[in-house]
Amino acid sequence: MTTDAAKLTRRAVIYALLIAASFLFVVPFLWLLITSLKPIEQSTTMPPKWIPEAYFTEIDGQKVEVTKDFRVGQAGVVAEELQGEHAGQRNFFSAQQMSTVGPNIRVIYPVEAGWWRVTEKRPEHTPGNPRWAYVPPAAITSRIAFRWRNYYDALSRLDGSADDPSGIAAKHRVSFWRFLSNSLIICVLGVIGTVLSNAIVAYGFARVRWRGRDLFFALTLATMMVPFPVLMVPLYSVFKNLGWIGTLLPLWVPSWFGSAFNIFLMRQFFLGIPEELSEAARIDGCSEWRIFWRIILPLSKPVLATAALFHFLYAWNDFMGPLLYLTRKETFPLSLALQNFQAQNGGVQWHHLMAASAVTIFPVIVLFFLAQKTFIRGIATTGSKS
Amino acid sequence: MISRPNKNLLTGLAFTSLWIVGLSVFTLYPVFASLYYSFCDYSILKSAVWCGLENYQELFHDDLFWKSLRNTLLYAALSVPLGTVVALALALLLNCEVRGRAFFRVFFYLPSIVPVVASSMLWLWIFNGQYGLLNGVLGPILGVFHLSPPSWFTDPAWAKPALIIMSLWGTGNAMVIYLAGLQDVPKELYEAAEIDGATGWRRFWHVTLPTIAPVVYFNVLMGMISALQIFTQAFIISNTANGGTGTFDGAPVRSLLFYTMYLFTTAFHDLRMGYASAMAYVLFVIIAFLSWLATRLSRNHTTR
Repeated sequence: MTTDAAKLTRRAVIYALLIAASFLFVVPFLWLLITSLKPIEQSTTMPPKWIPEAYFTEIDGQKVEVTKDFRVGQAGVVAEELQGEHAGQRNFFSAQQMSTVGPNIRVIYPVEAGWWRVTEKRPEHTPGNPRWAYVPPAAITSRIAFRWRNYYDALSRLDGSADDPSGIAAKHRVSFWRFLSNSLIICVLGVIGTVLSNAIVAYGFARVRWRGRDLFFALTLATMMVPFPVLMVPLYSVFKNLGWIGTLLPLWVPSWFGSAFNIFLMRQFFLGIPEELSEAARIDGCSEWRIFWRIILPLSKPVLATAALFHFLYAWNDFMGPLLYLTRKETFPLSLALQNFQAQNGGVQWHHLMAASAVTIFPVIVLFFLAQKTFIRGIATTGSKS
Repeated sequence: MISRPNKNLLTGLAFTSLWIVGLSVFTLYPVFASLYYSFCDYSILKSAVWCGLENYQELFHDDLFWKSLRNTLLYAALSVPLGTVVALALALLLNCEVRGRAFFRVFFYLPSIVPVVASSMLWLWIFNGQYGLLNGVLGPILGVFHLSPPSWFTDPAWAKPALIIMSLWGTGNAMVIYLAGLQDVPKELYEAAEIDGATGWRRFWHVTLPTIAPVVYFNVLMGMISALQIFTQAFIISNTANGGTGTFDGAPVRSLLFYTMYLFTTAFHDLRMGYASAMAYVLFVIIAFLSWLATRLSRNHTTR
């Protein structure tokens, strides 16, 4: 009985910890999504607002969508000025102000303390000033509203150039699709290169016996130790001499020439395929290339998938490479474009920034759910191969 | 007529020819070139001029170099052990026979594949001093004690802790590796331990941990190597703290000036590529030394 109770408590504690930890890991994602679906004024409220809402009220007898600006602290009136340079304009006057302006105004309606000042929400670039009013809290209706528009706005401004309706800058604008296709070029060409080149090279290390092979393989493993900063400066000068700076070439061409880690990964896999298969094929007069292409490769799909997946992830997420080699906005991949967008906006347009970030994250998440098994198996094997 | 060993040699070289080119051009040449540059006065615009040990001597007297090294070592010394503890703890929880393990694993793993640029943006927002989610939660709680929460990334004292918290969010990759390691621990070992009366902590300490020690060693080593090269997060966040002015001095007040960032700035903004190469080699030596140390320690531990 007591052991049962102890067991139950133990399980309860485990679940409680797991749920609490999941909560901490998931909340940042949620916050990203929520912010990306809010109007900006709702993302800068304290305490933080969890659910994006739209507000409606009547202004001049018309029901319109409004933003809540602030609550008035003291009672007063909304009135029209009758004299002076602001004649004909409507303004809010507190009770104190009323005693000084006195007869120069015509009261339109009284305002009580605690009422909201609201401003009509209108499409951008609408001429004239938006209408405003002071209304009691009860007059405002609200409903949950996700502002999907943020995504359109953020992506159409991702190149960081300020809004320019006159169209002078429009010629030099870079669209989101350009950034996306740059990312995809780097990723897809890199993935094809990674899979092909590393498989070919790993076959040479795993299934062909030749003098100097093991020494060469040891050298290959040793190069994994070299940190990237050591290679950075000479690599830059190599690419500069090739005339590749400012193009996407330095970001995908090297993956067509093998990488130590993937060679290691695939070699381990190839070693596990029975030698008899190759021997039988050799007796039948198959060339090594045919054995590789027809027998080994079809059996190696799992490891090829792992290498492809992790290269895609690496290339999609890479920031330092693009930062080093790219100079013009038209060549930026999404990662660099996102940073550029944030730097140009001074980091205040949080709703747009979060929408653009969400778009950058989205493909990675989709990829994970499509290839979850390959992910988990890939990480687990790379981790325990040591 | 080619003899069989020679034929095999040719076949082997043919299969590895891509890598022979790749290794030479993209790794070996750069390794030696950068060693040579480290003894040179070199900018990409002019050819390198030999200057002996000058770069290394200058490094020794460079306050920013020491600052960046201290920052980096401090970051690695805090984020790697904390990350290991969190990842291992999550893996242990998941290794208890829980329902919905796949779900929890997804929650813990997903943050680790989020592009660093995007996660930097997200955490800049969460840690925002004025409107950030974290301070929105902390503010009222600390308010009870008449304290106010820090402004995180814009406060030199709190920028590094914030970066470490951010790194813990991405610890899922290590968690998956630990979980795989834990599932490989033979059931018989646990049963034997139970017969000997070892449960709970004792069982973890004497059975589980020694069995997965190689996995822990591998992860700590990898974590350390990547922590010592931290760049992207610090670069983006520091640039923001500077108001996006495009200067990368490790704002606020150089608290986010990390080694690779200083190296990058030296090489590609100041165009002092010889000096940067010397810095790169010092980092190489530090990483090699720490790896050697970790290997020694783990060997002593496992043969004991």
